[in-house]
Amino acid sequence: MKEILLGNTAIALGAVTAGVRVAAGYPGTPSTEVLEGVAKYNTDGKISVEWSANEKAALEVAAGASWSGVRAIVTMKQVGLNVASDPLMSLGVIGTKGGMVIVVADDPGPISSQTEQDTRHFGKFANIPVLDPSSPEEAYEMTKYAFELSEKLHLPIILRPTTKVCHSSGTIEVDTEVYQYESEGFVKDPKWVIFPPLSYRRHLEIEQQQKEISVLFSRLPFNRIEGNGSIGIATGGATYAIVKDIVETFKLDVTILKSGAVFPPPDQLYGEFLHRVEKVLVLEELDPVIEEQLYHVMAVRKIERPIRGKLDGFVTPAGELRFENTLDYIEKFIGRKLKSIENKPVIDLPQRSPVLCAGCPHRASFYAVKKAMRGKKSVFCGDIGCYTLGNGKPLEMTDTCLCMGAGITVAQGIKKAEPDANVFAFIGDSTFFASGMTGLANAVYNGTNIIVVVLDNSTTAMTGHQPHPGIGRTIMNTSSPKIDICSVAKALGAGFVKKVNPFEFDEAVKTVREASEKNGVSVIIFEAPCVALVKSHGICTVEECTGCKKCIREIGCPALTVRARKVEINPALCYGCGLCTNICDRIIRL
Amino acid sequence: MRNLSILIAGVGGQGTLLTSQVLGAAAMKAGYDVKMSEVHGMAQRGGSVVTYVRIGKNVNSPVIEKGGADILLCFEKLEALRWIDYAKEDGTVIVNDQRIDPMPVIIGSVKYPEGVIEKLSARFPNVLPVKALDAARELGNIKVLNIVMLGLMAKNTDIPVETWHEAIRETVKEKFVDLNIKAFDKGYQMAV
Repeated sequence: MKEILLGNTAIALGAVTAGVRVAAGYPGTPSTEVLEGVAKYNTDGKISVEWSANEKAALEVAAGASWSGVRAIVTMKQVGLNVASDPLMSLGVIGTKGGMVIVVADDPGPISSQTEQDTRHFGKFANIPVLDPSSPEEAYEMTKYAFELSEKLHLPIILRPTTKVCHSSGTIEVDTEVYQYESEGFVKDPKWVIFPPLSYRRHLEIEQQQKEISVLFSRLPFNRIEGNGSIGIATGGATYAIVKDIVETFKLDVTILKSGAVFPPPDQLYGEFLHRVEKVLVLEELDPVIEEQLYHVMAVRKIERPIRGKLDGFVTPAGELRFENTLDYIEKFIGRKLKSIENKPVIDLPQRSPVLCAGCPHRASFYAVKKAMRGKKSVFCGDIGCYTLGNGKPLEMTDTCLCMGAGITVAQGIKKAEPDANVFAFIGDSTFFASGMTGLANAVYNGTNIIVVVLDNSTTAMTGHQPHPGIGRTIMNTSSPKIDICSVAKALGAGFVKKVNPFEFDEAVKTVREASEKNGVSVIIFEAPCVALVKSHGICTVEECTGCKKCIREIGCPALTVRARKVEINPALCYGCGLCTNICDRIIRL
Repeated sequence: MRNLSILIAGVGGQGTLLTSQVLGAAAMKAGYDVKMSEVHGMAQRGGSVVTYVRIGKNVNSPVIEKGGADILLCFEKLEALRWIDYAKEDGTVIVNDQRIDPMPVIIGSVKYPEGVIEKLSARFPNVLPVKALDAARELGNIKVLNIVMLGLMAKNTDIPVETWHEAIRETVKEKFVDLNIKAFDKGYQMAV
């Protein structure tokens, strides 16, 4: 049966077809739809699917399941693997039993990430095989194969799709049979306890095993040589599809090396490719991984071929490989123009970046803090989520952003260096559970006077509204205990803890002032649901606008627009939150 | 039908993704190989959104290059201007004649360009401006302007109307199916 599937959904279906029994992950673009897909296909409820509190928790849950003999999948974005790198490194040593696949989505560009890190390095770092799909179709096939491979090698397998595979769709021939197996459960064995002598012994075995995997990968259809020309192009991932498109469109006589099972590198195949061509262009996104592997093979096998790529500066080290720049590199490499793209003068257009939605409670929270701290020396540390958008004009309420959970701890460092500043840390509810609690404990323990503002909108909004430990609901829509952030903050020893609805604006401003005057760690929980989860509260309207535009300058709500020098409220966008009525008497809520 | 590359551009919230999903489903039902590429995450929340749809006998990559789109379907005119150079020389640009101010325009740090439709036509010969918002308003829900536009575009393909209807039935939430089919038909009739 043929279906049109998103790359991430194809991975999910591949895992379900392979008989996955435990699935865990933490949301993060571009990986989120994988776990959501597993939940969608889990119609008989036989798979245990969970949004874990963070990526480290997810990976460890999957490891426990695998050690008990069942097939497990864990999903995250690339920066999530940084959080999960502790269990990853040890798991590479101890190994697995039931097939275990770690899906880590990379984001060339980056389009919606902090870094352009390349997960293929993690494979090398942790001695874990890496599969790199070039299309949704291949992602489906690779996922199924990865479970088999994992069980054969007793190692977890990293499946590393990139944004262009995760968020592309393709027509896929899907299986109707699900792989069936019996698991014997957890069998006690010293091999599941990592101790230095075990680690040493396993290290020796793993290094030997890497060589065997390399031989296996040289014969794997995911790695292959196509064409016969003396000009070689080595590529992998989504870039392979673009290269293939260009080669077919312009009927180029080249030899393509497609690297799909990229670590451990298929040295034999690389050697064969190098022997067949006179020179090589390497086209890959993120880091020059295939390129360095080719250099290694040249050194070991004493082959000499000129290689153009990222290492000699021929290809840009950063950003995506799109059709245009890929074509450009190929043209330069083969020394002739293939297509004349007319370079028309660039039109300078206003940017349309994402903004906090009309009615977003974060806008009210930010504005309350801004108003309370006006004229006072303050620093606003941000975190990862929709509220990072609080850095934009006119709010400008995010002075720092490092990584998940860092706002609370960065605030502590700033406070130590600038004791007379009011230092705030903004953190979302999901991020609080993912990695905020440790930072809060650190602030209390070390007596650093900061004000933590939890922006609790009852969801993980940025990634598409996933539930989390504070919601009382799971990904499978079953109910669960609801962890109360107020109680957590109190239990962790915060002195001043108060929950306020940011739309009760005067109360919100008053609470911020009160918190800033306290000694010790203060926690304000601004609680109001994301607009995507609630019905509109009505609508606001302007009566006899004087055209001063103070409302726009203060809060920059996208529902406020200017027509003929007067402010109008767009009824299609307004949620009737009423925040603007706190700025101007001429705005009323109907 | 020859391979067809369609670029759909709009503002977050205008239903760009749903439109490409209906288009992809219809093309697959009509027996074509389909590849699509979407932008998720940060592109929502009022930001620029673009999706690529490529259909044909055998499609390698979902990516559309500058000068490579047979059809540009744009739900907002500034977005049309942003993507205009992606249209093929003999391609068609269908643009909803609607203005949505981005935040830098709202707060007054830059101006929304004047005469966008004229600018589009000056740069590209085959620009078709449509009043899709009005058409959607007549149907009682401005949100379906995307499907009105899809109906208009559908005339450029050889996929039968019934296949489009089936694709809508499968893709759109059940309670909105009738409205969206009406919207599609209205757009289809508006096409010259």
